[in-house]
Amino acid sequence: MKRRDFLKMSSMATLAYTLNGVPVHAYGSDGLLAKTRNTNGNILVLIRLSGGNDGLNTLIPLDKYSELSNARSNILIPQSSVLSLNGTTTSGLHPAMTAMRNMYNNGKLNIIQGVSYPDPNFSHFRSSDIMFSASDSATFVDTGWIGRFIDHQFPGAPYAYPDPNFLDPLSIEIGTSVSSMMSGATGLNGLAISNISSFYNIVNGTVDPAPATPAGNELTYIRFISQQTQAYTQVIANAAGLGTNAATYPANNRLAEQLKIVAKLISGGLKTPVYVVNIGGFDTHDNQVDANDHTLGQHADLLKQLSDAIGAFQQDLDMQNLDDKVTGCTFTEFGRRVKSNASEGTDHGSGVPMFVFGSKVNPTIIGTSPNLPASATVNDNVPMQHDFRQVYSTILSDWFSLQPSNVSSILNGQNYNWLPIFKWTVDTPHVEAPAQLSLEQNFPNPFRSHTTIRFSSGRRRCPNSLYDQMGRMLRVLYENEVPAGRFDIGVERNGLPAGQYFYQLQVGSSTKLTKSLLIVD
Amino acid sequence: MGDSNRRDFLRQLFTQSSAKDAPYDINQDELFKKYSNKQSPLGFKRKRAGLSQYTGPWTNEQKLHLLRRTMFGVSPASLASIGSMTMSQTVDALINTAPPNPAPPVNYYENLYPDPTSVPLGATWVNAGYGDGTANYYRELSLKAWWVKNILNQGLSIHEKMTLFWHNHFVCESNVVGFAVAQYRYLNLLRTHALGNFKTFIKEITKEPMMLYYLNGHYNVKNSPDENYARELQELFTVGKGTNLWNEDDVKAAAKVLTGYRVDQGTLTTSFDSTKHETANKQFSAFYNNTVITGQSGANGANELDDLLNMIFAKDQIVAKHLCRKIYRFFVYYDIDTTIENDIISGLATTLINNNWNIKPVLLQLFKSDHFYDTFSMDCYIRTPMDFYLGLARTLNIQIPISTPIEDYWRAHYIFAYHCEQNGMDPGSPPSVSGWPAFYQTPQFHQMWINSDTLPKRMKVNDALFTNYGVWASPNYQVKCDVLAFVQTLSDPADPVAVIDECVLYLLGLTLSQSMKDYFKSILLSGQSQNYYWTNAWNDYINSPGNATFEGIVKGRLQLMLTEMCRLAENHLC
Repeated sequence: MKRRDFLKMSSMATLAYTLNGVPVHAYGSDGLLAKTRNTNGNILVLIRLSGGNDGLNTLIPLDKYSELSNARSNILIPQSSVLSLNGTTTSGLHPAMTAMRNMYNNGKLNIIQGVSYPDPNFSHFRSSDIMFSASDSATFVDTGWIGRFIDHQFPGAPYAYPDPNFLDPLSIEIGTSVSSMMSGATGLNGLAISNISSFYNIVNGTVDPAPATPAGNELTYIRFISQQTQAYTQVIANAAGLGTNAATYPANNRLAEQLKIVAKLISGGLKTPVYVVNIGGFDTHDNQVDANDHTLGQHADLLKQLSDAIGAFQQDLDMQNLDDKVTGCTFTEFGRRVKSNASEGTDHGSGVPMFVFGSKVNPTIIGTSPNLPASATVNDNVPMQHDFRQVYSTILSDWFSLQPSNVSSILNGQNYNWLPIFKWTVDTPHVEAPAQLSLEQNFPNPFRSHTTIRFSSGRRRCPNSLYDQMGRMLRVLYENEVPAGRFDIGVERNGLPAGQYFYQLQVGSSTKLTKSLLIVD
Repeated sequence: MGDSNRRDFLRQLFTQSSAKDAPYDINQDELFKKYSNKQSPLGFKRKRAGLSQYTGPWTNEQKLHLLRRTMFGVSPASLASIGSMTMSQTVDALINTAPPNPAPPVNYYENLYPDPTSVPLGATWVNAGYGDGTANYYRELSLKAWWVKNILNQGLSIHEKMTLFWHNHFVCESNVVGFAVAQYRYLNLLRTHALGNFKTFIKEITKEPMMLYYLNGHYNVKNSPDENYARELQELFTVGKGTNLWNEDDVKAAAKVLTGYRVDQGTLTTSFDSTKHETANKQFSAFYNNTVITGQSGANGANELDDLLNMIFAKDQIVAKHLCRKIYRFFVYYDIDTTIENDIISGLATTLINNNWNIKPVLLQLFKSDHFYDTFSMDCYIRTPMDFYLGLARTLNIQIPISTPIEDYWRAHYIFAYHCEQNGMDPGSPPSVSGWPAFYQTPQFHQMWINSDTLPKRMKVNDALFTNYGVWASPNYQVKCDVLAFVQTLSDPADPVAVIDECVLYLLGLTLSQSMKDYFKSILLSGQSQNYYWTNAWNDYINSPGNATFEGIVKGRLQLMLTEMCRLAENHLC
């Protein structure tokens, strides 16, 4: 055989290589195959309170104040200092949380009581992982719920992106690294950004100075190329350049600095659907309060930072008319023990309130103030009223408009009961109701003490909820799956004032039927 | 179409077929042009140490520096292999230890494409005939996988690095010749002479079938001399380029000396065909002292090769310096200023000449020198793609188990070569006879490895190694870092301070400040400040084998920490 035949053969072999179907690309993420699903444009900002927040000193159960006094006199917040919330006498906020109290009273804060999960774990690591992965207590899952959400919305993530249809980061954590919450099936679906004021620092938050040696010469060169070749550097820089902050953020508040960056990027037009920010230090085993003034101390400082930062962020969004598409949600790995310890602190616990804020939230408290034993022991915990995955599930369905089957698949194949976190006015694309879906006029109507609502929904979970004229969710009337056919649910007046109300049947994320009813005296 | 034209034409074909989506051109790379060296970077006008033997501290810093430069990556095991040896003993061991000959590459591809020469699955193809283009293609992959395997399993020896050095010096391009059996023999020749005698080596490489194909010696006959090899022999292999050196007439004369060598394509043996040999006298220029090589006829014609090499090697200072510069740029740093030329290159060249062209004394002198352990020689080497991927694999204890099914086993090795190729370093096919530009292109040199095309690719593979999915190697196999196995190679996996210190030590070219180390530790601690949170988590994992939750807690945090650490620019230096 002549050499030129070798040559001819070898170029043919290259052809055979591709014809035989052996992938040329090492990743199963050919850009041509990736298709971005439609996102509804809504943005979620997750605020992680790292260390385990003491919920009982955050949202104080005023109706259980004597039990609380018995359990934690050495850290007790004086009843007179507790910030009251419109429309409820059972709970109030820590005195440092004026900004969030105002948000509640202005209809921009939702509170979910007693959030935890069955068989709670008291390890920071494990419980954080459970919150990140949305797994059961006894099951280990190595991807995060946000990572799986991004996998669902952006097939081929993270390697197939940016692509021409979606140039922005798929999710952003403000900080120097991303958490495992962003772990998708094949990689980390998030980008960490620590600083947008300095182009140099967008990717490498902190770097050691380069020495004045040949090694330093090469290090500096690689760093320049590194920063400027990060796929998202330019779009972030552009968004940071276009975006503004309209509100004044509190000084010396690390959370506020992070939320300020988020607001600026959103203002600058970044379409990234999820942001994560962090505030640490909630592991208050000792000196949680100032011994001389329980309204001061470590925990008060943290809650003030949290509240002031969220307040400024919401104001910023309001002033820039961005509030309709942004909602925020706090989470922490666990609450703390009911009974305080001897060092003016609290140990790892379980149930804890969760805050969801924004213009589209239902400004109520979901659930009741926690049941506390008359004299708590070290083993007593705040009981669970809501599974944290109910919150995730509701965010995915009501905020991101996902179908129930997709929500379930993102949440490890489980279904969780819906919660009335968002107002019924949330704009989600409405679709034609299926034939078997119906919501009939209540009868009698108007009514004085009792009425009946008839509906049908097929074999689907179908939350029925009652709202006032402000769009405030008052009550869940029914929320379980029903078989095919028509069903009646009874509604008791239960002290509601006379006036016009609305009831709404929701099936899935997008189908909502609404009717009004009238209560007369 | 002439041979060199044909090669260019074929190279275009290759470029089009293998990289049609985005042919990368470094000359169009605005970032590279903006940030890479505009001139020699040695504005650091510090006098650097010379060639006298190093007597300073012999700590992990010096040991790892030596291992990184002479092998691929470092690991706790490779550091331990130094044991109580002194610097001098360690260098002796690295230079004098010859690894056993690896078993030859095998047919792993039988189920992808049945071998047309009936080589069974698992048997070696190196003694078989050419077969056909597709089989040859798979054999070339098999050969690259074999090469990768040799490197991943290297012992305390410079042998693999020297083999690569010679591949970049006596370049043959597998892509151009397209004959895997010949390429295997060529690589074996490199391995055989890697630490041998330069002059002996060059005589052998001149007659090697792969080289005779690649630089057209096989077509160099009396009636139509082909000057290709005669030129590169002088320009690249021995004398080098420059003014007042060899001239075009010397190329023509050398080509005539070399006429008559023929390859038998069936047996891949070289013979001398005296009927194809130019028997006239060959006149060389004043540079070669107007040497005349007397034409010889019959079998004696082959002896003219010795005359030619003797004539060239008589320019001993020039030839030795040319080779020593290449050694310096391959092992130390690319920038050779006047001081280094006078103090280091000249000294090494003298050693080479005084030792009658034996390579080992040069390497012993270099790696034992004050200069090699000078601060300015350390950490400044931009890792080549092979250094990066294979070094990372060795450091991270990434192993392809021998129990892996044969096809996946070799594809898993090949995938490293694939990613090296994607990063501009195809083992077996440098871009031209000059070798990889990073070793010769002034003033950027090694910086060429890092550009806006390659760095994101390095990052991508790097990130994927620390996912549960891993780096795709075959439908059934993904290469990934078992982070739990990796940290168990460290001294105390339960101590987060020790874990971070040692990850920095083994992975990064430059060490980090305490605040940077604390930041990486905080990833292991999930932002908490107490070290015992990690210790407890690690002990839970160790004490409860099979507990997926305990395993997941430590694994996830290690994956995040290592992903971030390996993204640092420091990871690209050694």
